[in-house]
Amino acid sequence: MSRSAVHAWLLVLPAAALLALFTHWPVLGTLWDSFHATPKGNRPVPWVGLDNYQVMVADEVFWRSLVNNLWYALGTIPVSIALAIVMALWVNSAMHGRTWLRMAFFTPTILPMIAVANIWLFFFTPQYGLLEQFTSLFGLASRNWLGSPETALGCMIVVAVWKEAGFFMIFYLAALQSIPPSLAEAAAIEGASRGYYFRRVVFPLLMPTTLFVLVNAIINSFRLVDHIVVMTKGGPNNATSLLLFHIYQVGFSFWDTGYAAALTMVLLAILAATAIVQFVFLDKRVHYQ
Amino acid sequence: MRRIETAAAWLLGILWILPLLYAFWTAFHPPEYSTRFALAAPLTLENFRRAWEAAPFARYFLNSFMLVTMVLVVQLVLCTLAAYAFARFDFPGKEPAFLLVLVQLMIMPEVLIVENYRTMSRLGILDSIPAIGLPYMASAFAIFLLRQTFKTIPRELDEAARVEGAGALTVLWRVYVPLARPSYLAFGLVSVSYHWNNFLWPLIVTNSVTSRPVTVGLQVFSSGDQGIDWSVITAATVMTSAPLLAAFLLFQRQFVQSFMRAGIR
Repeated sequence: MSRSAVHAWLLVLPAAALLALFTHWPVLGTLWDSFHATPKGNRPVPWVGLDNYQVMVADEVFWRSLVNNLWYALGTIPVSIALAIVMALWVNSAMHGRTWLRMAFFTPTILPMIAVANIWLFFFTPQYGLLEQFTSLFGLASRNWLGSPETALGCMIVVAVWKEAGFFMIFYLAALQSIPPSLAEAAAIEGASRGYYFRRVVFPLLMPTTLFVLVNAIINSFRLVDHIVVMTKGGPNNATSLLLFHIYQVGFSFWDTGYAAALTMVLLAILAATAIVQFVFLDKRVHYQ
Repeated sequence: MRRIETAAAWLLGILWILPLLYAFWTAFHPPEYSTRFALAAPLTLENFRRAWEAAPFARYFLNSFMLVTMVLVVQLVLCTLAAYAFARFDFPGKEPAFLLVLVQLMIMPEVLIVENYRTMSRLGILDSIPAIGLPYMASAFAIFLLRQTFKTIPRELDEAARVEGAGALTVLWRVYVPLARPSYLAFGLVSVSYHWNNFLWPLIVTNSVTSRPVTVGLQVFSSGDQGIDWSVITAATVMTSAPLLAAFLLFQRQFVQSFMRAGIR
């Protein structure tokens, strides 16, 4: 190896070592542990083959969490992306008070999710909460929004959309600002309506951003469970348990780490599938240059 | 038409800021006004005083401050070195190594809590501030962002410095780092807000007042036996968000531009 190659590896080495220790090694470790029983004391850990996976297939809470997580992603992602585009278009236009609007939309992003969860918890509280006070103005019956299985996951989706839309808005704002103004002028000269210009020019140009945001949104919907921990603890009756929250409970409430490893493998598979889809799409549809 | 749109935008903006205003209202008024919006309601700091006295928030703030500083400093040093190698050196195994770095963009440390907990336990550093920060210190995102930035710096500057007899590290420090300042600011803001706000991993890996960051401290406080006094809990909530919120309101433009820069790939 040449001297400069040695130098390069020395530069990379510290970061690579930490990445290997806390990302690559744990991924392999998860796979390994998922085929083993949970360690007890200092005895050697027995190989159990697919036992943990069989437990998983029979685990109703796992299936519930997985289905919840899919609904949660399906409820959060399209709405927050659509809102993000609308917000970005507004903030990017010559609208009155757009600096104020940008601040209002973006503020939830920099608040800790746990603080946000506390505020929303109060908002949803039966009787005292702002939501109840509001609905009682219209004479609607009181209901426990977080306490009933039909509405609890919906409440989580509302919180996630509120937290994320402004964050995604920023990426669309950056993309909108990179669109040359001459395109809008040309469209105006041709007599294209604003809706037509958006559909045929702006939206296609935003495709790479949408893909980027989409991937981030998917990762976030599987990665962020802070609000679940604070607001519902997965309840009522597992109605708001998401996959990572189930892993957290199995791993750190029941200390069944072997089974938690098998559950983590499912999460890793979902993230890997997302990565592959991104990779495939990145080469096709989204390139407009 | 334009008018209706402006009205809709303002309505959404008000809706978006409402939960925060609500929190401020509750935090700064006596408990009996926490859900009664009377203009004559007296302002008070009593809720903050009670929250501050009920839990060791000073220590939590110190822990969070140390955590955020430590993570950022180590991230900047390690990722600058790695990004420089990936941007300007040719070495065997460069492409696969870079792909392995990018893996962390997909599989973030939050997902690997079970294994990382085990690693911390083996290292004997459970319940310490370094244990919270370690999984994040080699940041794929920082390496990627800085590599992109370094690649845009003209090689002529690099070569000119080398002709003068400067070594690789001197060139990095004198040429690359100063020219990449906006990227450093961008990453710094993103990293600080991420780690100030981070919750799940710190919750798992810490277990005592001396290592808990402020987010975990808030959770321990608000789920404890406070007799659910919402005003006090809300005051604590406002308190934990206050440093970032104040920084954001003061340096709004930098924040927005930094998050924008961080998102363009």
